Amino acid sequence: MKKTLLATAVLALGGFSNAALADLAVAIAGPMTGQYASAGDQIRKGAEMAIADINARGGVLGQKLKLEVGDDACDPKQAVSVANTMVNKGIVFMHGHWCSSSTIPASEVYVEADIPMATVSTNPQVTERGLKNVFRIMGRDDQQGLVAGGYIADHFKGKKVAVVDDKSAYGKGLADEMAKAMEGKGLKPALRESITAGEKDYSGIVTKLKQAGVEVMAYGGYHTEVALILRQAQAAGLQLTVMGGDTMTNSELVTAAGPAADNVMFTFSPDARKNPDAAPVVEKFRAAKTEPEGYVLYAYAAMQLFEQAATTAKSTKYADLEKAMRGGSFKTVIGDLAFDAKGDQKAPGFVVYRWQGGKYDYAK
Amino acid sequence: MAYALQQLINGLTLGAMYGLIAIGYTMVYGIIGMINFAHGDIFMVSAFIAVTAFTILAAADVTSIPLALTFVLIVSIFFTSAYGWAVERTAYRPLRGSTRLAPLISAIGMSIFLQNSVQLTQGARVKPIPPVLEGGIVLWEAPGFTVQIGWSQMLIIVTTVILMSAFTWMITQTPFGRQQRACEQDRTMAALLGVNVDRTISYTFMLGAALAAVAGVMVTVYYGVVDFFIGFLAGIKAFTAAVLGGIGSLPGAMLGGLLIGLIESFWAAYLWAEYKDVATFGILCLVLMLRPSGLLGRPEVEKV
Repeated sequence: MKKTLLATAVLALGGFSNAALADLAVAIAGPMTGQYASAGDQIRKGAEMAIADINARGGVLGQKLKLEVGDDACDPKQAVSVANTMVNKGIVFMHGHWCSSSTIPASEVYVEADIPMATVSTNPQVTERGLKNVFRIMGRDDQQGLVAGGYIADHFKGKKVAVVDDKSAYGKGLADEMAKAMEGKGLKPALRESITAGEKDYSGIVTKLKQAGVEVMAYGGYHTEVALILRQAQAAGLQLTVMGGDTMTNSELVTAAGPAADNVMFTFSPDARKNPDAAPVVEKFRAAKTEPEGYVLYAYAAMQLFEQAATTAKSTKYADLEKAMRGGSFKTVIGDLAFDAKGDQKAPGFVVYRWQGGKYDYAK
Repeated sequence: MAYALQQLINGLTLGAMYGLIAIGYTMVYGIIGMINFAHGDIFMVSAFIAVTAFTILAAADVTSIPLALTFVLIVSIFFTSAYGWAVERTAYRPLRGSTRLAPLISAIGMSIFLQNSVQLTQGARVKPIPPVLEGGIVLWEAPGFTVQIGWSQMLIIVTTVILMSAFTWMITQTPFGRQQRACEQDRTMAALLGVNVDRTISYTFMLGAALAAVAGVMVTVYYGVVDFFIGFLAGIKAFTAAVLGGIGSLPGAMLGGLLIGLIESFWAAYLWAEYKDVATFGILCLVLMLRPSGLLGRPEVEKV
């Protein structure tokens, strides 16, 4: 009996010392599978490269970083269970989630467990709930909608514009903001519609747009549906210009929509690839045969944010990290990051892009 | 008017596809009284086979569209029927004669298995193919609105009509059709009279899978993208179509499919597109309340 106790105690001690010497676990979470898996792929590639670079520099506070990957498939229920798993794994920092509808419920788990998170989700509610642990390294839908809606009102005066969303937290939020911005500039949407994401047949809505004489569609949602709508619009003989949000950065849009993708415009943060400070990192990604598009550099930047915050705070404890993140300014590949009291990035700035021949660039 | 006509064309195209899948549900139900929940995923598998076949053709520089379509159809029908056969053999036949729920659960398991295996082998991303049949013909140049029917829409409607006629002929006129109907009425009696029941059931599964394969090829041609999850929604809608038309009834399945396609497109056209599915299932509830055995279904008479 005594021996058993002793053995257990030794084992327990062994376990403890092991934990103390273990690598620092940081995590990413997003849609690694499912229809938005390509975004998850970008996040994973960015984070892996960042962690390899940080570890090559000697890690954070002398400890190597270890990456945990959570797959929420953009499903809010799965997001919560991923969050619980990550908490159990003892992570000290989370970059995620990706879909706003996943980030919002998951953040409730992380705040309970004192884990700071940096997300690219753009729904205003992500930072509007007063959670101290949430930091957003991307702009908000209300800013995004303002830029997109304003652009439509300025450039497509006198044309009929439809506002369509996919009923998701992200899509509806963005579409509402675009409509508001357009109306603010005196352009009234001719049509307001919603579709069901995940379907394949959008000929009904396409015909409806055609009937109403719509030439521009302001769309809140993801790229997969836009590709289908464009293809079916073309089959129906409807020339449609689409204005979307940050999700349209995905090059899958081009493979799926074909040449019709040239009609897609979207708002996104200024292209980090054009940031001269990011040039070495961009080169490194390209050498590894990864184009650092979309969310790749954001994931890289999130890890840099953690590295610098922990170094300033000289600690990976939640209270210290949170204070450091809120107070500091961080040099990352996506530019200088600083946060306001809500946790929103101070210098947001959205720019309008347009796809052209399989690449996107600032729209004129 | 022109607008309504265009929506009618959209609805018929969609409905034809639902109908093709629905037949698989209704046939299997007719013969073994079980809902084959894996059927939607068989349809998904067939779409992937079609994408692979199109890719091979593109690599082989085949440019003739009729040739390509025939080849893809044959390949897809062949392999999908093999899938249908294998699913019946592994998941349902060993459970024949056990409780009614057992094959239902194994069907759900099969559905999950197919979905996940395709996700793992083919990846989770959507698989696009370049447009195969572009353009169409203008039917009517009405003021303010041009009614247009795409070549792919035409292909779907025409193929479905031909297939349905051939299929009806097969069930009503051929020896296989007779055996199939005999098994449907009374499996024990059919066996006593020398019908090979197991083989007939196998053929039924293969036939259902073949029709789903045609739908899979059509979806690939029409929409141009497939992913491992398309079987779920399509399966649910087709199942609804089968129930609406009267499960067990072949013309009912086709009618149900067309009705659902038309309801969806007209609801989206004149009312709120976001409530399209609510409308579809609402109408299903209504029909089932008034006619519990569906539109063309015969009420089951319990003989004592």
